[in-house]
Amino acid sequence: MKIAIASGKGGTGKTTIATNLAVSLARAGRTVQYLDCDVEEPNGHIFLKPHIDCVEEVTVDVPEVDESKCTGCGRCGQLCQYSAIVCIQKHVLTFEQLCHSCGGCMAVCPELAITTKQRRIGIAEYGDAAGVAFGHGKLDIGAIQTPSLIRSVKHHAIDDAVVILDAPPGTSCPVIEAVKGVDFVLLVTEPTPFGLNDLELAVGMIRALGLPFSVIINRCDMGDDGVVQYCRREGIDIAMEIPNSRKIAEAYSRGRMMVDVMSEYTGQFRGLHQRIGRRIAAPMREE
Amino acid sequence: MKELVVISGKGGTGKTSITAALAALAHGAVLADCDVDAADLHIVLSPNVRQTSDFSGGRQAAIDPTQCIGCGLCADMCRFDAIHLEGPANEVLGKTYRVDPVACEGCKVCVEFCPVKAIGFHEAVNGQWFVSDTRLGPMVHAKLGIAEENSGKLVTLIRRKAKEIAEERKSDLVLVDGSPGIGCPVIASITGADLVLIVTEPTLSGRHDLARVADLTANFGIRALLCINKADINPQMTAQISEEARRRGITVVGEIPYDDAFTKAQIMKATVVEYTGGEITERIKALWRQVTYALA
Repeated sequence: MKIAIASGKGGTGKTTIATNLAVSLARAGRTVQYLDCDVEEPNGHIFLKPHIDCVEEVTVDVPEVDESKCTGCGRCGQLCQYSAIVCIQKHVLTFEQLCHSCGGCMAVCPELAITTKQRRIGIAEYGDAAGVAFGHGKLDIGAIQTPSLIRSVKHHAIDDAVVILDAPPGTSCPVIEAVKGVDFVLLVTEPTPFGLNDLELAVGMIRALGLPFSVIINRCDMGDDGVVQYCRREGIDIAMEIPNSRKIAEAYSRGRMMVDVMSEYTGQFRGLHQRIGRRIAAPMREE
Repeated sequence: MKELVVISGKGGTGKTSITAALAALAHGAVLADCDVDAADLHIVLSPNVRQTSDFSGGRQAAIDPTQCIGCGLCADMCRFDAIHLEGPANEVLGKTYRVDPVACEGCKVCVEFCPVKAIGFHEAVNGQWFVSDTRLGPMVHAKLGIAEENSGKLVTLIRRKAKEIAEERKSDLVLVDGSPGIGCPVIASITGADLVLIVTEPTLSGRHDLARVADLTANFGIRALLCINKADINPQMTAQISEEARRRGITVVGEIPYDDAFTKAQIMKATVVEYTGGEITERIKALWRQVTYALA
């Protein structure tokens, strides 16, 4: 079972939910994997403190032009939609950082002068965190191929485990890459006007992808009732509400797990997992 | 004219609330919301939209099912797994190939290689952008379509429009609300800017993400200042972060205490300095003085 934890707005508590859900299930003897897909700013390791035993360089394919074969016909540059390969006065120049690895230039070159080489975009690390199989990606500074790195991390998903994917914030390509193909999405929000606005955007995205989802309202006793009203109006399940707590905030600031400072949440997270299982088995009407 | 971009690395540190508060203090600045993935600045600024335009971040492929011969070459060549045998039937085939518009990255490879030229390539509308009036000055902002991409291009467009407006109005500042992370939209937000203000929070995650975003600004050679929001929730961490920033040559220009006035102001659709005249406003005014000093 693959569960993605996402949110439109950043800082609503995605990583808190994802890591505590993973640990709560692992402590109940479940096979659990946590994959941090927020590869621009991965934070799950701060809380899970994994022992890393495998580090991989993640690369993407970029073109390499054999100038001895190139006739300067310019068809590669005409096809490339990203200005990553251009032909100026019969000379071909490549701009690797703009390349989307579509393979078009290699396929279109009549002289077979273009081959593939690897360009590093970041690393992925895998290991164990007290019974939770751990994995995360770290995008290199200045790299823009966030979705490619997420795809690489997701390839390490274990088949028969409960796989918890910690998604990046927002509603565009990196999030879509992270939630694609999962069985269920949890959208974490906070009850503020910003939280509501970004939740509506995230719901639009998840519905466009046709995935079942529930909402978790973090710091539920601050702000206003706009999020609850919205969920009621839209028939959206609110799977969990977590009150604002100084204790949780302090634990978070020090990299400690919520279930370690307030053990009563362990049961709640296990209940959350059961609730998701029931929803996958018997979808709500709109699904 | 100067351009100041507010970014955060980590989400939820108060970037947009601080940007809005600075907008209230910076009389006559042109505002730009470049957090196009989850734009929130308009919520506290209640913009009066004067001009709406479509945004196209590129083109997209679409297969004409009546022409498709079902050879599958397009699906084989697509590196984005965007083409599947799930299109409608035609006179010959029970199913045709179809391009998933969410997965399509507009590379044109399928269009180029389709043996029967059944694939069209059209301008995709990925969102809308707006020029608005607000009580705090003109604002350029956008709404990316649902499940759309190309936010980097949209960010670049918004910044360009904001600068044009600033030139027209002889305004001396463009104030940009950036996006979280260190990827494509953030790079598009800060490239060529005069100054970056990083808003962080004193948590291990905030500290970790600050290090990455500070590496990014250094990598692009852009001067950065730091504001530590909610500074009192962990004073020790605040001190550590300040020390690390100093070592990197980043000036800490403000420590803002945790205050639920930020949330209350948001609910009242106001900036925090408009909502309250208390200590928090004094702190933000002090922050603003430091920022203007650095901009001069």
